[in-house]
Amino acid sequence: MAELPDTREKLTPDTFLRGLWEENPVFVMLLGMCPVLAVTSTTMNALAMGLATTFVLVCSSMLVSLLRNWIPKQVRIASYIVIIATFVTIVDYGIQAISLELYAALGAFIQLIVANCVILGRAEAYASKQRLTTTFVNSLGMGAGFTLALLALGTVREILGNGTILGISLFPADFQPWIVMILPPGGFFVLGAWLLLFNWLRLRKERKQTEQIGVTAHAR
Amino acid sequence: MTADTQQQTPTETRVPSTPAWAMLRTLGGIALISGLLVALVYQFTLPIIAENQRVLTEKAVFHVLPEASVKHDFVITDKGGLAPVGSGAEGEVVYGGYDAQGHLVGLAITGVAVGYAGPIRVLFAYDPDCRCLTGSKVLSSNETPGFGDKLDFDPVFLKNFEELDARLDAEGKALANPIVTVKHGTKSRPWEIDGISGATISSKAMGRAANAAAQHAVPAIERDLAWLKQQH
Repeated sequence: MAELPDTREKLTPDTFLRGLWEENPVFVMLLGMCPVLAVTSTTMNALAMGLATTFVLVCSSMLVSLLRNWIPKQVRIASYIVIIATFVTIVDYGIQAISLELYAALGAFIQLIVANCVILGRAEAYASKQRLTTTFVNSLGMGAGFTLALLALGTVREILGNGTILGISLFPADFQPWIVMILPPGGFFVLGAWLLLFNWLRLRKERKQTEQIGVTAHAR
Repeated sequence: MTADTQQQTPTETRVPSTPAWAMLRTLGGIALISGLLVALVYQFTLPIIAENQRVLTEKAVFHVLPEASVKHDFVITDKGGLAPVGSGAEGEVVYGGYDAQGHLVGLAITGVAVGYAGPIRVLFAYDPDCRCLTGSKVLSSNETPGFGDKLDFDPVFLKNFEELDARLDAEGKALANPIVTVKHGTKSRPWEIDGISGATISSKAMGRAANAAAQHAVPAIERDLAWLKQQH
């Protein structure tokens, strides 16, 4: 059962940063789409959902990493789910203790963090193979990437759909907000627009890199 | 064929033996840790959540009864009267709002009706002096943002609840005129609610919720009004 040492990742800035950009759970891996579309109608909801998911992600990944040599592979998924569900229940009570209004706004999506594939994906693909410190840093980065993505959707949708940001009015009173943006179709529109932007940026970067390689090769 | 299967069977049984003890140990251990953590957090947050619930109700009650500074809770009993909460009687809760001098300023009553997207729960203020509803606040609803949530923000719609007639009939068992929502711009009588054009279903539900709340609570309130006024 002993693990090969070369599968373990060394702790580098990239361990954290990958989650923000290169392997962003929402914009690159397209994981956890359900809360991304459902609770990003306001900035506050998006932030709360992102932080709640990050908490569950970091705590469950760390526990999985701690117990990784102790969990037989036949029952690993069951074990991960129980661990994730535990932290989701903790977050559920925590949010009720912080604000019942926020809890009502997030609705069933707090409990549904259990089924968020970003978290199970991290447990299976990373935490079950890596040391505690790298797991902590990596899952924190993934959580931050997820939160940023939710915020990216939430701010755009709140500004266009409600004319406010964090509840503060941005436009004069006669501004007619674009209500469709806070309805479900708005979630798809905004997500699509962000994906377009991200893919365009990535393609442009790749093209520049190949051009540069071409230039240097030519110069030789 | 038979020979083949017979040959294969022993090799198949030899492949991975299930580590039963390890599996039991792991799942049991994880369940134990999980149970312990959840129980700890539950114990810790329970009083905070109860306090939040109390503050939230109080905020809603004082929102519909702005002059009140003290709140007392009553339940509507089976006999159609009121009793203090905690006296053993069970039923729907009615919140009595009193000002600093101990005068009854009004009562907050709850009504529920099905709207466009599920039930709408609303808190209404009842003023026994004018025998009318004087305020409303949606406690929970799933109405479409931008349409149904106008129930709580549209200034024209909220004007309906400044003096909405809720007088009882001669027997004192029901409203003299049931509260109804009418089409926008056609309100002509004091017990009618002027609907919101574009949110017809939501505003009609609001009318049904107001009617249900008043039909249920006002007879009990009026019956025990003298007693209520001494409860500060």
